[in-house]
Amino acid sequence: MNPALPIDRLQFAFTITFHYIFPQMTMGLALLILILKTQALRTGEERYNRAVRFWLRIFGISFALGVVTGIPMEFQFGTNWAEFSRSAGGVIGQTLAMEGVFAFFLESSFLGLLLFGEKRLSPRTHWAAALALFFGSWLSGYFIIATNAWMQHPVAYTSGPNGLFGLASFFGLLGNSWVWWEYAHNMLGAVVTASFLMASIGAFYLLSHRDEPYGQLFVRTGVTVGLIATLLLIFPTGDGQSKMVASHQPATFAAMEGLFESQAGAPIAILGQPDMEKRRLDNPLTIPRVLSFLTYRRWAAEVKGLDNIPESEWPDAVPLVYYSYHIMVGLGTIFLAVLLIAGFLLWRGRLFSTRGVLWALLLALPFPFIANTAGWVTAEAGRQPWLIYSLMRTNAGYSMQVSSGNALFTFVGFLGLYSLLSLLFLFLMWREIERGPEVL
Amino acid sequence: MATVWFCLVSVMLAAYVVLDGFDLGAGIVHLCVARTPEERRTVIASIGPVWDGNEVWLLAAGGVLYLAFPVLYASSFSGFYLPLTIVLWLLVLRGTSIEFRSKIDSPVWIPFWDVVFGLSSLLLALFFGAALGNVVRGVPLDASHRFFEPLWTDFRVGAVTGILDWYTILVGLAAVVALTMHGALWVALKTEGAVEQRAERLVRPLWALVVLLTVAITAATLQVQPQVGMNLRERPWGFFFPLLAIFGLVFVLVFLRRNRLRAFLASCAYLVGMLTSAAFGLYPYVLPARTNPEFALTVQNAKAPAYGLHIAIVWWIIGMIFVVGYFVYSYRQFAGKVRSGEGYGH
Ligand code: HDD
Ligand code: HEM
Ligand code: HEM
Repeated sequence: MNPALPIDRLQFAFTITFHYIFPQMTMGLALLILILKTQALRTGEERYNRAVRFWLRIFGISFALGVVTGIPMEFQFGTNWAEFSRSAGGVIGQTLAMEGVFAFFLESSFLGLLLFGEKRLSPRTHWAAALALFFGSWLSGYFIIATNAWMQHPVAYTSGPNGLFGLASFFGLLGNSWVWWEYAHNMLGAVVTASFLMASIGAFYLLSHRDEPYGQLFVRTGVTVGLIATLLLIFPTGDGQSKMVASHQPATFAAMEGLFESQAGAPIAILGQPDMEKRRLDNPLTIPRVLSFLTYRRWAAEVKGLDNIPESEWPDAVPLVYYSYHIMVGLGTIFLAVLLIAGFLLWRGRLFSTRGVLWALLLALPFPFIANTAGWVTAEAGRQPWLIYSLMRTNAGYSMQVSSGNALFTFVGFLGLYSLLSLLFLFLMWREIERGPEVL
Repeated sequence: MATVWFCLVSVMLAAYVVLDGFDLGAGIVHLCVARTPEERRTVIASIGPVWDGNEVWLLAAGGVLYLAFPVLYASSFSGFYLPLTIVLWLLVLRGTSIEFRSKIDSPVWIPFWDVVFGLSSLLLALFFGAALGNVVRGVPLDASHRFFEPLWTDFRVGAVTGILDWYTILVGLAAVVALTMHGALWVALKTEGAVEQRAERLVRPLWALVVLLTVAITAATLQVQPQVGMNLRERPWGFFFPLLAIFGLVFVLVFLRRNRLRAFLASCAYLVGMLTSAAFGLYPYVLPARTNPEFALTVQNAKAPAYGLHIAIVWWIIGMIFVVGYFVYSYRQFAGKVRSGEGYGH
């Protein structure tokens, strides 16, 4: 294997994972801010306007980092994945260019108006700017997911000479059957992150006995929206995603579930460590026949395991796929439990005085980020060894002209630069939370 | 069809240079024209709400390049690996400094980010100019249309070129000076009082330098890239583009005292004229080869298959109507001089 390839992969994985920390906040917060802004407009209460301004400050910081870390993504397709871009540009160039033309312009124009235009615009126009921003950020999510969906499940393409793919149907690309579940699930994941962020900062204010009216508003909004989003995240979208993976990417599915042997009435693994040498799950904790039921809605259905798939088709890091999938699903289940309890207490009017649950909401903060990242690692490491599933191998898609030394130089540079950015981000976020909603 | 896309990509890149050009220029001049914290804040406020939208032209142009000429996108981005990555870092630093400088009101925090902002803007202008120089001069493409260029070799325009040689450095300097003037005109347009006057006073000496460097790069280009002269001889209507640049430059000075907005627009015309001249001069090449003319990338051998190019025209036009709408709307909202007390980033 060419020594540059693993560095290209690490650099891409690192930069995209870092980038996605921010869009998941901004896409989710765009929805929550729109909800708060609508309430401000309806009730005319100053409290909601202050809440909106507070969240716009948080939003502004994450948006700025989303923008600056997003620019390298767009260009890394060319710098590090030249062979892939040469072949696939005729197809996914469409969605990437549309993201710029339709979504990024919309977002960036209206963000300026939303952040600096409150004094210059009427309340209704200011609300419309919030709507435009929400629309723009969800649109950009759509186009990037459509790009990724084509790599997971290529459709609507033609194969030309010299390995160049061309577009065969515009609406076929945008309406790829893979897009819908992936988009819905991914956006709900972003809403879950933003909801926990809101609930957790609210819980922080309540627990520290400051800004309590805002604390209550944040906890109420975060828990309510978060509960709805988590339910939809698990069913139908998470379920829909798994069925799709099972039918189109059987090797990925077997790796996610840690299923080494094909069997009828397959069990679902709750815990266990994939043992690649002995081809089995060590220390398994399983529930019989549930996997067959969840996948095919029949308790005795046959599920394909890794033994029925040639090893050259296996994801090259089966344990990584297995663990990241289990982390995502496990966290999703825990979120649901926490939010059900919190939601119940909220309904009974006891949540704001139940310190234990407020502590749980506060401490939950990092976990939605982890679940989202784990979900993407499942999807992306599960797609291996294909770069475009069943069309192009990852080891045929990188930039052959770029030597490993040059690739390492930029990878180290990104590591350093992004470490500084993360310190800056944490510091500025903490300052905004400390200043609280009352200052402006 | 490929020619249409060649024009569209050129137009989008020109829009990027004209719009983000004044942000970069403002970044370069703000350290010398704005001295007190209040003055600096005003300069930043003049670009604060618009710089991100301006930068999206670069992203969108990149996306459209990917769509229309995937072979060019792949070959040039991997071939220019090092300078491009450095440009990405500089863009990260510039964006961070504009957005975060006013988050903390401290005499240590703000000047630090101001210097980062100024330096990253300066280096970006230099690298963008050098990039244009590389594209015009040509790169060592091989028979499969691939290449890799180191940052520099011996600084001569030979067969084995680096990103930086005397020609590309010259173009880079020209870009720095031209964008600095462009930025000074913007600052003069958007501010009042001492800042306005200092910015205006900067324009004349910068203008003289721009004239000098424009003559120098024109002469050098005709020598380094014979295609440019050939195109002008074969299609004399192409003289329109250099003439646009010349008129733009003249009118910068004519309008400087009388009408700030017109002077700024004249500078836009100059930049557009220079870029379109380069595009016109290169056509049909999109990346000339220094090795063997056969290996060059042209609009024909770099383009994507036809169906995608046709369908994209339709949504591109629709999209651009929206984009122009947003720009007109938001520039109007923030039109006029920056009002005092109008902060950015609070
Ligand atoms: C808060 C985050 C979060 C949570 C709690 C869940 N997911 Fe998820 N999941 C994501 C966030 C996410 C994600 C990061 O957003 C992914 C990556 C790609 C995508 O579209 O969404 C994803 C992908 C993803 C995939 C696709 C993997 C592939 O393409 O190979 C499947 C099958 C599931 N999820 C299934 C589930 C199930 C059954 C869950 C039940 C608890 C679940 N997810 C909870
Ligand atoms: C934002 C969430 C995303 C995360 C966290 C993520 C994560 C990853 C990871 C971990 C890898 C390395 C996999 C490996 O080498 O084993 C990877 C590779 C890659 N991903 Fe993603 N990804 C995300 C979204 C996307 C999207 C939306 C696209 C396409 C538009 C994409 C395109 C790629 C490409 C081209 C590679 C490199 C080739 C490869 O190793 O397969 N990723 N990503
Ligand atoms: C799941 C994966 C991704 C999602 C949902 C996503 C979404 C977003 C969103 C909503 C923004 C706006 C900025 C913000 O809100 O913080 C953004 C910024 C950006 N993203 Fe991503 N992104 C993803 C991955 C990628 C990838 C793989 C690329 C590379 C093509 C990319 C390129 C960009 C660029 C260039 C920006 C800056 C845009 C601007 O200036 O407004 N993103 N992304």
